[in-house]
Amino acid sequence: MLEKIIKVLREYKSDESLQVTENSTFEELELDSLDLVQLVMDVEEAFDVTIEMETPITTVAELMETIKKANA
Amino acid sequence: MGIKIIATASKMPARTVTNCELTEFLDTSDEWITSMTGIKARGVCGSPDELTQLAAEAAKIALDRADMSLSEIDTIICATMSGDYLMPSMACCVLEQLNTLYENKRDCPAYDINAACSGFVYALDLADSVIAAGKAKNILLVSAEMMSRALNWQDRTTCILFGDGAAATILTAGDNLKYIRITAEAQIKPLFTKANTNTPFAASEPAFLEMQGQNVYRFAVKTIEREINLALTTLNLQPDEIDFFLLHQANTRIIEGAQTRLKLPKHKFPTNIQNHGNMSAASIPVLLDELITSKTIQPGNRLILLGFGAGMTCGTAVLDY
Repeated sequence: MLEKIIKVLREYKSDESLQVTENSTFEELELDSLDLVQLVMDVEEAFDVTIEMETPITTVAELMETIKKANA
Repeated sequence: MGIKIIATASKMPARTVTNCELTEFLDTSDEWITSMTGIKARGVCGSPDELTQLAAEAAKIALDRADMSLSEIDTIICATMSGDYLMPSMACCVLEQLNTLYENKRDCPAYDINAACSGFVYALDLADSVIAAGKAKNILLVSAEMMSRALNWQDRTTCILFGDGAAATILTAGDNLKYIRITAEAQIKPLFTKANTNTPFAASEPAFLEMQGQNVYRFAVKTIEREINLALTTLNLQPDEIDFFLLHQANTRIIEGAQTRLKLPKHKFPTNIQNHGNMSAASIPVLLDELITSKTIQPGNRLILLGFGAGMTCGTAVLDY
């Protein structure tokens, strides 16, 4: 899952060398609140899930957890 | 489909407020507002009834450009959610002003339509139906918003976004409207302004515009992508057969997000939000007028007009100019 998220992130940022780990925060990745919405929409397409954004998602790990819940 | 546009005009408030001026009473910055919204300045009315004046002046300019007199207008429709009066309608206020300007006593149907930021396209759909029904030959469509009166000017997440302005569009019978579709998901929470209530039986806190920014952004980008694709598919058109996509000017980030997802060139998505902010129902017709006036839009151009907004409404029109 992490690799797929990294691929989506690198495409969104147009940066093939973007360094991302589970612990990366979206602030560190220089993504603001509206970038995050776009990213979530891209992730929804990549994983074929619907993600609710009722609770804040601030890290890659939290995004992974949200995808797992959406798949459950 | 039975309408064509024969003239447009727009009128902005005398006063423009820059992002820097907002920093004098808000904890914000020009850099943040610009990066999050694309907005640099917005027009703000300086009196409670300036909007009627602006709308009537825009209508007069449009009539002059159409070489028409007020007596040739059969119906006035006003797209607004922030008119100068709760009653009578903004359309009646504009007609009263026009009668003064023209030293006339025109008496014709005049009424408002409220579909928030989708208002202009909703009004186009209504005008198309009125003309198709044979109830009018020429329609004055006014789009006018004084959004500044709906805002909490201490709320830095919303008051930076909006602006005031008015536009007028003269419509007549024709075959230039190729497609129109209006929708409403009817969700309230993402974006609303409650009515102020103060009676002996029910009272509320002063109500201002409230918005869940991320939810509105997501709705907007997804809806734009879906509705543009649907319009193109329905008409069996390729994207390159559309000269310009005039989207509601809510936020440049929304427009860029949709344009990126649609994989269409940026120059086909003109913007004017930088100077005006989000003028709700007035945003598309003001943009249309500015592009026509600057000769960016030429006769024969094919346009998609797409508005979206509160109520999670959307209106999409394919129109040949």
